[in-house]
Amino acid sequence: MVTLTINGTKVQAEEGSTILEVSRFYGIDIPTLCYHDELTPYGACRLCMVEVDDGKRTRLVVSCLYPVKEGIKVKTNTERVVNGRKLILELLLARCPNSKTLQDLASRMGLEKVRFKMENEDCILCGLCVRMCAEQMGSGAIGFVGRGKKREVVTPFRMASEICRNCGACMYICPAVELQCRGVKSPGELCNSCLVFTPQCLEKYGQVMCTLDSCGACVEKEEK
Amino acid sequence: MKKIRTPQELEALRNSLLQQREPNKPCVRVCLGTGCRARGSVGVIEAFKDEIKRQGLEIKVDSKQTGCHGFCERGPVVVIGPKEIFYQRVKSCDVAEIVSKTLLNGKVVDRLLYVDPATGQKALYEYDVPFYKKQRRRILANNGRIDPTKIFDYIAIGGYQALAKALTTMSCEEIIDTVEKSGLRGLGGGGFPTGRKWRLCRKAAGDVKFVIGNGDEGDPGAFSDRSLMEANPHSILEGMTIGAYAIGANQGYLYVRAEYPLALKHLQIAIDQAREYGFLGNNIFSSGFDFDIKINRGGGAFVCGESSALVASIEGKMGEPRAKYVHTVERGLWNKPTNLNNVKTWASVPLIINNGADWYAKIGTEKSKGTAIFSLVGKVNNTGLVEVPMGTPLKGIIYDIGGGILEGKNFKAVQTGGPSGGCIPEELLDLPVDFERLTETGSMMGSGGMIVMDEDTCMVDVARYFLDFLQHESCGKCVPCREGIKRMLEIITDITAGRGKEEDPELLQELAEMVRDFSLCALGGTAPNTVLSTLMYFRDEYEAHVRDKKCPAGICKDLIEYFILEDKCTGCGACLKLCPQQAIQGEPKKLHMVDPAKCIRCGICRDACTFEAIMVK
Repeated sequence: MVTLTINGTKVQAEEGSTILEVSRFYGIDIPTLCYHDELTPYGACRLCMVEVDDGKRTRLVVSCLYPVKEGIKVKTNTERVVNGRKLILELLLARCPNSKTLQDLASRMGLEKVRFKMENEDCILCGLCVRMCAEQMGSGAIGFVGRGKKREVVTPFRMASEICRNCGACMYICPAVELQCRGVKSPGELCNSCLVFTPQCLEKYGQVMCTLDSCGACVEKEEK
Repeated sequence: MKKIRTPQELEALRNSLLQQREPNKPCVRVCLGTGCRARGSVGVIEAFKDEIKRQGLEIKVDSKQTGCHGFCERGPVVVIGPKEIFYQRVKSCDVAEIVSKTLLNGKVVDRLLYVDPATGQKALYEYDVPFYKKQRRRILANNGRIDPTKIFDYIAIGGYQALAKALTTMSCEEIIDTVEKSGLRGLGGGGFPTGRKWRLCRKAAGDVKFVIGNGDEGDPGAFSDRSLMEANPHSILEGMTIGAYAIGANQGYLYVRAEYPLALKHLQIAIDQAREYGFLGNNIFSSGFDFDIKINRGGGAFVCGESSALVASIEGKMGEPRAKYVHTVERGLWNKPTNLNNVKTWASVPLIINNGADWYAKIGTEKSKGTAIFSLVGKVNNTGLVEVPMGTPLKGIIYDIGGGILEGKNFKAVQTGGPSGGCIPEELLDLPVDFERLTETGSMMGSGGMIVMDEDTCMVDVARYFLDFLQHESCGKCVPCREGIKRMLEIITDITAGRGKEEDPELLQELAEMVRDFSLCALGGTAPNTVLSTLMYFRDEYEAHVRDKKCPAGICKDLIEYFILEDKCTGCGACLKLCPQQAIQGEPKKLHMVDPAKCIRCGICRDACTFEAIMVK
C-alpha cells in the first residue's frame, strides 16, 4: 500500500493502481472519454489530466495511466487543469457538435460556447471500439489508419472484415453513437439544456425527489 | 579475412595500413555527401578517375570519395592532400587542370579557391576558410577524411581502438562513469544525461536488453544525422557496441528513415565489414561479449523519431507514442529495458573513451558539455553543417561561420530545433547556445536545425508553414495535438488571409499553451513553440495582419498589392508580356499599371523588372 494525497485528503491505495482508479474509488470524479474499466488505458483524450507534485516539481499527468507513488500530492481540479479540459472539450465539440456525451460533459463543466469553426464528424477517435474489439472480443477487426487529421477507424483496406462477427461491441462502447443532441440551434452554440442548476423537481415539489442526479423526468411526466 | 581478436592485432593491422600508405602521396578527396552529389560530384570523381587513368598516374596518385565536408553551399568540394588544398564548386571540366597543375606540379588553380567575400582574400586550405576556422569539429572531424565504405580508412585513423580499450581494460561501471563524468547529453535534442540513462538501463531488471540508434531525422532543413551516417558510419557502430557492453545488451537496432538511401547503404556496408573483422558478432575482442546490429527502415513519419513511437514502429505496430511514466530504460522494445540514443550521441562515445571524460568536458558551458551540431540553412551566405562548442553565441554561428545574411539584407529571426522550435529575434542574438538557454527563450536544441530568416520573412506565415507540417505529421492519437494544431492552423490561415478577428491572437495563445501542456508526447508539447515565440517576439506583425489587414513583409498574398513606381518604370513591357493574368496594362515607353482585381500576386512581374520599378505594399 502507498499513501498519497488527493485534493488535500490523505488516502491509501494499492501499489500499481492508477490515480484515476484511486480517485474514483474514493468518490472523486475525473472526467474521461477514452477510458473504460475493462480496457487498457490509452491516454488519448487528455480530459483526465491532473496536477501531480512529486516533491521535485509539479507537472500535468494523465491520471488513467499514472501509477500512484508514495507521497505524491494530486490535485484534480486546479485552474490550469479545468481550463485545459474545457478547451479540449471545446475542440472535440467543434469536431462532433451533435454528440450527446460531449454536450453533457460541456454542461457539467460549464462550457457554453465553441469559438472554432464547426465540423460535422461523428467519431471522436477515442479508440474504445478498437480496444474493445481486440481485447474483449478477441477479434481485432477494426483499427486506426492514417495520421494527423487523416486518422480514422476502419476495417483493413476498408473492406468488409472476415473476422468481424457483427457482435456490436464496438457500437455498445462508442460514446458518440448515442442519440444525437438536438438542442443546438446555431453553429458554435451549446444548448446546455441538460445543465439543470436547480433541480426541476425542487421547484415543483419543494424537495428533491430522487437521490441521484435530478433529471426532471418526473416533472415532464406530470406536465404531459 | 581473419577476425581481430585482441587490441594488439588491431594495432598491428593499423600499423601495417599506415605503412602501406605513403603520407606524402598526393590524394584527391571528393565530397560525395548528398549536397555535393546534387551539384554533380559523382561526375567529378569519375572525371578524376578517368583523368588519372588516362595520364597513367594510378600508382602516383590516390583518389578517394568521402562523406560530407559540411560546406554544402560551395559544393562539390575537393581537397587535395597531402597539402590539403581546398577547392570549391569544382566541375568535371576543371578536373584535367587540377590533375596536371596541382597533383603533378604542386601549383594551385586560383579560380577554384574560396574567396572570403568580406575581405576578398583567397583561402588556400580548409582551415583558412572562415566557415571552418570558427568551428570545433569533433564528431564530424573525420567526415571529409575517410571513405565511409572502407573499414581500413576508419581503422587507419584509430577506429575501433576505443572499443578495444573499453572491452579489454574497462569494466561496465567504469565506462558508464566515464560517460557520466564527461557530461555527454542526448544530442538528438532531449539533452538527457547519457551516462545516467545508461546506468538506469543497466540497473533495470531483466536479462535481455536492447540498444537503439535513432537516425530518424525528419525535420525540414536538418541533415546532421544523415551526414554523419553517410560519412562515418563506423563511429556510430563503435559507440553503440561500447554502450551495449556497458549496459548489458546483446542486440542493437539502428532506426533510419527510408528516405536516406545513401545512409542506409553505407551503414549496411559498415555493419557487414564490422562483422567480417569481428567488431560485431560473437566474442568481440575475446571478451566473451556478443553484439549485433540490425537496421530498421522508417517509413517517413516524423513522429517515429520520438522514442516510444520509434519502439512501437520497430515492433511492427503503428508508430504512436505512449505515455512514458514507465521509461523505456525499464520497459521499452518488447517490454525489455531499452537504451535509445541519437546517432550523434553514439558517435561521441568512442571519442570520450579514447580521450577521456575531462577532454570532452573541457569545452562547453556549465551544464552542456562538448559540441553542438547545427544544420545552418535559410537566408544565410554559407549554408552547411556546423559543429561548434556549446555556448557559442548565435551571432557567431550566423555571422562568423554563416557569413551573414544573403544579399546584405537585415536579419529578422532564427529558428532552431526544427519545426517545433521557436523563432529567436535579433535582440537575443548574443545568446550562447546550449540546451538550457535555448529552452529559456522558448525555442529548443531539437535536431539541430537552424533556419535563418531575413527581413523579407513574414513571421505569421512562418508559423503557418510549420503548423501545416505538424498538422500532417501529428500521429493524431491525442486530442490536443491533433485538434489543437488543426485549429491553430485554421486561425493563422485566417489571419494571413485577412480574415483575422481582434480576439484571434488571444485565442491562439490560449490554445498554444494548452497544446503545450496537455499533449501526450514531445511532438505535441513542442509544436506550439513557433506560435508562442512569434506571438511573444513578433506580436506587432500579428496585430498588423489582424487590425490593419497588412502584411509588413509583403508575403501574405491576400494582404498585399503590387504597384509600379512612376519614376522608375521605363515602359519596356517586360512585365506586361510575362503576366499570366494580363493584369498589367500600358503603352510602350509609358507608365504601366497593375490591375489589382486581376493580379494574383505571383511576383513574376517583379522578378522580370530590371529597373526595380515594381513594389509590394
